[in-house]
Amino acid sequence: MNTILECSHVSKRFGKKTVLQDVNIQIEPGHIIGLLGPNGSGKTTLIKLSCGLLTPSEGDIRILGKPVDPSGKLKIAYLPDKNSLSDWMQVSQIVDMFHDFYSNFDRGKAYEMLKRLDIDPKLKLKTLSKGTREKVQLILVMSRNADLYLLDEPVGGVDPAARDYILQTILTNYNEEGSILISTHLIADVEQMLDRVIFLKEGRVVLDSSVDDIRTQNRKSVDELFREVFTC
Amino acid sequence: MSWQFDNERPIYTQLLEKIRILIISGQYAPGSRLPSVRELASEAAVNPNTMQRALAELEQSGLIYSQRTSGRYVTEDKIMISSIRESIAQEKIHSFYEEMKHLGYSREEVMNLLNKDKGGSST
Repeated sequence: MNTILECSHVSKRFGKKTVLQDVNIQIEPGHIIGLLGPNGSGKTTLIKLSCGLLTPSEGDIRILGKPVDPSGKLKIAYLPDKNSLSDWMQVSQIVDMFHDFYSNFDRGKAYEMLKRLDIDPKLKLKTLSKGTREKVQLILVMSRNADLYLLDEPVGGVDPAARDYILQTILTNYNEEGSILISTHLIADVEQMLDRVIFLKEGRVVLDSSVDDIRTQNRKSVDELFREVFTC
Repeated sequence: MSWQFDNERPIYTQLLEKIRILIISGQYAPGSRLPSVRELASEAAVNPNTMQRALAELEQSGLIYSQRTSGRYVTEDKIMISSIRESIAQEKIHSFYEEMKHLGYSREEVMNLLNKDKGGSST
């Protein structure tokens, strides 16, 4: 089987500040992996490195065995932690734009999800609430048939009821041959849908283990273990 | 509505127990076809690989079997289903007695109480 994402000895510095230090990660196809860590632990930086928005100071990142290059970006569906869409556009216009832009975008799927989440495609983005805008962004990302989904805080701004639906959406819509890397601090909400979790602490990987192994060995949930490892 | 899990135990064991109860209580009838891994995972809101693992263990125990092309089925062996049902009931009774012992009741006192209980709530 082809490794989807491979980071070997990746470090990233911004000026004098080291944000990631000797990170080694492998993600195999068909897995959903949680990237967990407190604020400022390097989660977003690692995700941005993985999709080629940043380049590592040291080390090597490969997607399906190849370095991240523009042609490889079609294989990656990235959900940024900030709103990246133009406010003045209608939802339907953005769907069209994604359809023009990405050959692996499934317009039918996007409209189906919009309908189920009761979002009117005629509305302009600026009229939508923060939570609804996040839903639109996630729908756009999950409507792509990618190999690697990089989701940076996908459920941070939405209410618990919509959160359940969004997590369901992720579970039912990802490409089974692909993999998902989700960064979040809402561990209890996502724990049961993860195969594996990676704990980042001050730029280093301090734990890389399957969820059920953690539960078997520690007799506690990932959420509880996280609170222990990162106790303030 | 996603299924609820407790924190101390692996998720796949809890999935396995839940599906076993759906089978022995007859909600998944003997010989009937189970929903696909994907459907079950989505219903429970869990990772498909975790669901796969739970089903694989149930298959090992013989309670379900898979047909190469058409999916997984509940066993038609009703004797097996009822014996599993009985052993789970026994486990529950055992832990119930343990709890009563904790409260200071003897077995006879518990029996008396059980007989007095008119079964007002059948749950």
